[in-house]
Amino acid sequence: MRPGRIIAAALALAIAAPAAADSLLPPAEWANKQLPDPRQEAQARDLMEEVRCLVCQGQSVADSDADMASDMRSHIRRRIAEGETPAQIRAWLVERYGNWVTYAPPVDGMTWPLFVAPVILLGGGLWLARGRFRRRKKM
Amino acid sequence: MIAEAGLAALWFAAALSLLQMGLGWAAVRPGNDNLLRLVRPLAVAQGLLAGISFLALIWLFLETDLSVKLVVANSHSDKPWLYKFAGAWGNHEGSMLLWVTVLAVAGGAVALLERKLRKDTLIGTLAAQATISLGFYAFLLFASNPFERSPVIPIDGQGLNPLLQDPGLAFHPPTLYFGYVGISVAFSFAVGALVTRDVGRDFAQAMRPWVLGAWIFLTLGITAGSYWAYYELGWGGWWFWDPVENASLMPWLAATALLHSVTVLATRDALRAWTVMLAVVAFSMSMIGTFLVRSGILTSVHAFAVDPQRGSFILMLLCLYIGGALALFALRVSTVREGAPFRVVSREGSLVLNNLLLTIILCLVMLGTLYPLLTEAFGTKISVGPPWFNTVSAPFALLLVIFMGMGPLLKWRKDDGNKLLKRVAVPLLLGAATALLIVIVAPDVHLLPMLGLAVAVPVALMSLMPLVGRNLRRTPLIIWGMVAAHFGIAMSLAGMASESAFSKEVLVSARPGQVSEIGPFTVRFDGAEPVAGQNWTAIAGRMTVRRGEGEEFVMLPEARMFSDPVTATSEAAIETHWDGQLYTVIGEPDGQGAWQLRLWWKPAVTLIWFGGSLVAIGGLLALLGRVMRRRSARKSVTDEAEGVPGREALA
Repeated sequence: MRPGRIIAAALALAIAAPAAADSLLPPAEWANKQLPDPRQEAQARDLMEEVRCLVCQGQSVADSDADMASDMRSHIRRRIAEGETPAQIRAWLVERYGNWVTYAPPVDGMTWPLFVAPVILLGGGLWLARGRFRRRKKM
Repeated sequence: MIAEAGLAALWFAAALSLLQMGLGWAAVRPGNDNLLRLVRPLAVAQGLLAGISFLALIWLFLETDLSVKLVVANSHSDKPWLYKFAGAWGNHEGSMLLWVTVLAVAGGAVALLERKLRKDTLIGTLAAQATISLGFYAFLLFASNPFERSPVIPIDGQGLNPLLQDPGLAFHPPTLYFGYVGISVAFSFAVGALVTRDVGRDFAQAMRPWVLGAWIFLTLGITAGSYWAYYELGWGGWWFWDPVENASLMPWLAATALLHSVTVLATRDALRAWTVMLAVVAFSMSMIGTFLVRSGILTSVHAFAVDPQRGSFILMLLCLYIGGALALFALRVSTVREGAPFRVVSREGSLVLNNLLLTIILCLVMLGTLYPLLTEAFGTKISVGPPWFNTVSAPFALLLVIFMGMGPLLKWRKDDGNKLLKRVAVPLLLGAATALLIVIVAPDVHLLPMLGLAVAVPVALMSLMPLVGRNLRRTPLIIWGMVAAHFGIAMSLAGMASESAFSKEVLVSARPGQVSEIGPFTVRFDGAEPVAGQNWTAIAGRMTVRRGEGEEFVMLPEARMFSDPVTATSEAAIETHWDGQLYTVIGEPDGQGAWQLRLWWKPAVTLIWFGGSLVAIGGLLALLGRVMRRRSARKSVTDEAEGVPGREALA
């Protein structure tokens, strides 16, 4: 690698980077600012971690630099600050974007197997193990 | 020339594996070892040829040979040499070639080194191994040829995804692949033993080092991958329940269960059918892991359809191997005799419980990973993420960890439950006290992290108890290994719980000179400055940090811009203290002189990866202990000299 080229490229990019990295609009107000009340901020934080960033690959809006994630964070913080509960905000988001948006799947006709599975697995496992031990005692 | 040589070596290796498979299956019969003299050198030669082919690919990447399509698509002449080297497997074709190379080399190693296994079973094992590798050779040669030439030679390559330009890439995928392949060797042993009706102690003892080796690599791979995601993604998360992560977790869970059941089989000749079944399951999980990651199905069911040839090829291999293995299991399981009996309260009983819980967690992780794909196929998009995974798996995981602490304190065959409770009373009380303390001092902590800490403390103590009353200098390595691994699990759990219970977060839009407080630190932002690397430029935020009245130090998180391809990444600056990490990230400027800073103080977070490494070290100690014992046993008159009590003391 030739040092002259690095410096030229570095200079070019250092000038271009801030402009290229961001969209033209400034990020929404509460995107990267915490709520003054730590309780509310904790609530908002918990909810943001459960809301999917719809334009990213498998990230929550709490973990993404995408513009849409910033908007969602701002939106959630604003509504929490206005006194809404996380459940209300989640319901609104689900109504608007569908179940795809929440990492905590709700219990409904499509998702119930997810919630029955642990019980069935435990029951089945214990039954299998019990059968094994009972057979042993007869021997 | 090099590319053609590599391709030719690959074709020859495939031909040899076809021969090895044909001869092996034709010859394998209980008690027949005539053709072993032929099959052995075939396996070794196949390993050598695959190795040559992989070396050729590395050569092409180091040279940045732009007449090869794969190099053009994934490399660039300005890249640092380490990433040229690691870039050879930082892509689909290269990583599949690495997969099959490791498989072939492992097959060669089995052929050269395995002396314990019955010879007819060894033929079956090598035949199974050749069958697996033949499928992957076919996949490479017909659907993902890494050596394909490009019709036009461009001026330079397109570069490697900057997220992958990290020393982590050089080690993370190979470690996982070593793990996957080790499991496939264990699976081949199981197939061989099923065919020759040889499922018993000797078979288990021959299989165990491979399971242990694979498990060590999987543990290392997962631990390293978690730390890599933690520092590279810039948001301080260390586990996302992302399908790709789950794809590596599932084989680990299955391998952990297999490791423990194979120990029961090798020591007490019990759990025969179950151990073989687990070998099949573990192999299926590593195949599913490969399928999930390599077919593109994860981004979406529809992305899978974009390149249907590759996806369906892997899916076909998956069905063929798993289906074949299950069919063989179903046909032969009746010939596997029941093993030795034991009571519920006994070492075996606790290991059965361990297997039960691990299997349940495995099923849940698989369900949560695949369920969204299923509903999407029916037209409904849902997301299953951390809230679901944490809630359903944590109760089983916490139970599992508690029993992990108690199991090694039990005797084989049968033991007294009351005696055990007396021994663990003090740790259990300490655990309850921890829970109480957290509820009083930090009532805001969520339930799961609180329970995590309340379990980690007593289990850390319990896991050391097998050493009590022993002469430490004469304690065998195998025991040290188990103690280290179990202690590591408790340590890692403590780290996870503490990170989610006590982390502090501060987000500020800071002007130069502005001071922020986070946890025990004061952070002064001194301004942003440009920096340049070989193929990137960056803005570095200079922060002067001080802990209490201690000495000042400087932290320089960077926002990097890579040139080929043009991508922005953020490089967190992380300061490690004995009791946690300060994690800093620089974000966007606001255009009016202030910069977005993200600061986290994560107490005890390092325990997660120290614990994970300790688990792997424990596995390594156990492996060394086993190998050394085998050596010395071979020197002594017979293997039987160690006798039953000796075996049980060590298992």
